[in-house]
Amino acid sequence: MTQATSIGQLVRNHEHQILEQWLALQQASTTLRANLVKERELREQSRDFLQQFTAALQLDSQNTEASAWKPVKDLLAKLSRSRASQGFTPVETATFVFSLKQPLFDLLRQELKEADKLAEGNWLMTVLLDKLGLYTTEIYQQNRELVIKRQQEELLELSTPVVELWDNIVALPLIGTLDSARTQVVMENLLQKIVENEAMIAIIDITGVPTVDTLVAQHLLKTVAAARLMGADCIISGMRPQIAQTIVHLGVNLSEVVTKATLADAFAVALQRTGATVVRNATKGQ
Amino acid sequence: MDRIPILKMGEFLLVTIQVDMHDQLAITLQDDLTQQIVKHRAHGVLIDISSLEIVDSFIGRMIANIAAMARMLDAETVLVGMKPAVAITLVELGLSLAGVRTALNVEKGMAALQSSLKGKEFFGRNTEK
Repeated sequence: MTQATSIGQLVRNHEHQILEQWLALQQASTTLRANLVKERELREQSRDFLQQFTAALQLDSQNTEASAWKPVKDLLAKLSRSRASQGFTPVETATFVFSLKQPLFDLLRQELKEADKLAEGNWLMTVLLDKLGLYTTEIYQQNRELVIKRQQEELLELSTPVVELWDNIVALPLIGTLDSARTQVVMENLLQKIVENEAMIAIIDITGVPTVDTLVAQHLLKTVAAARLMGADCIISGMRPQIAQTIVHLGVNLSEVVTKATLADAFAVALQRTGATVVRNATKGQ
Repeated sequence: MDRIPILKMGEFLLVTIQVDMHDQLAITLQDDLTQQIVKHRAHGVLIDISSLEIVDSFIGRMIANIAAMARMLDAETVLVGMKPAVAITLVELGLSLAGVRTALNVEKGMAALQSSLKGKEFFGRNTEK
């Protein structure tokens, strides 16, 4: 009988005692969020975890990657996810696992009389619980990354509408910073709309672009060049004083492109080029 | 197909590229087109690449070269019907074809050629009056 199995047996025999002690500890600890988790729920979670943990211990495995530990890890993954969505911090979730150490160590001290065995048992439990505690953090992190990735994709789709302003005139209001991935999407969308609307003029409005550095300027120039190859002229509008200063200081050459301060100015130029005029109705308003 | 047909329409030449270009085809086209411009004394060339799906740096450069040669022979070149994917590829390759006029489709390309010819007549090359 190995150390792990015998400790497993020991824990099984004193399961009730450990559970009560553990629960009392958790409730006394400052990291417990009484407003987020009910006592009954906490008791249920703790009992399930302790049972699975003991079962895995008894299967004589010290390697948490082994199949014996899969139910424990699944339980922790579920717990970590549900706690994350309830608003727990990863520290609080990991503390749930770590706080089991104290009652376990108490039990070992009570039952194992030989110093060697006690030290070995303590070490074994520490390693196991540390791994499991860190596993909850890892799951938490994974969840966060999934959310971030999904939001990024949604942002990418949301932020690149191409609108038809007039016959043969399309506009692309850009909002947010332009990176390479976004430029690619923006460019494809714009070129597709140019084909669909038979556009002669495309207005790229950068009022919503917070900063223009050399990279953003280069991306803009690429888009303009691609649109020109399709046979559409580009006008960049929404040049703010700050941005104009930055571009000149950076030494970026935008002289090939028509730039306007406002979308209205750009639209006026576009109308003029397509041969349309806007006339104020004399009978209505000034 | 080992040759791309060149059609004469009044003062203009019409080149429609219906197949994917390979290098030899592009070189042949360059030869043929320059000869035809001189032969027909054409003042405008319209190259329709709406069926062209794949370009590489060589084909991109050939298109720019053809336009430059035509200009030297006093013929304006308009490139029409480029697909979005092709445009993006050319820009990524660093070939923005700065000296070439472009238009969305054949109709608009023709209009552009005609207006540029009128401009030339206005500046003294008036043969009608």
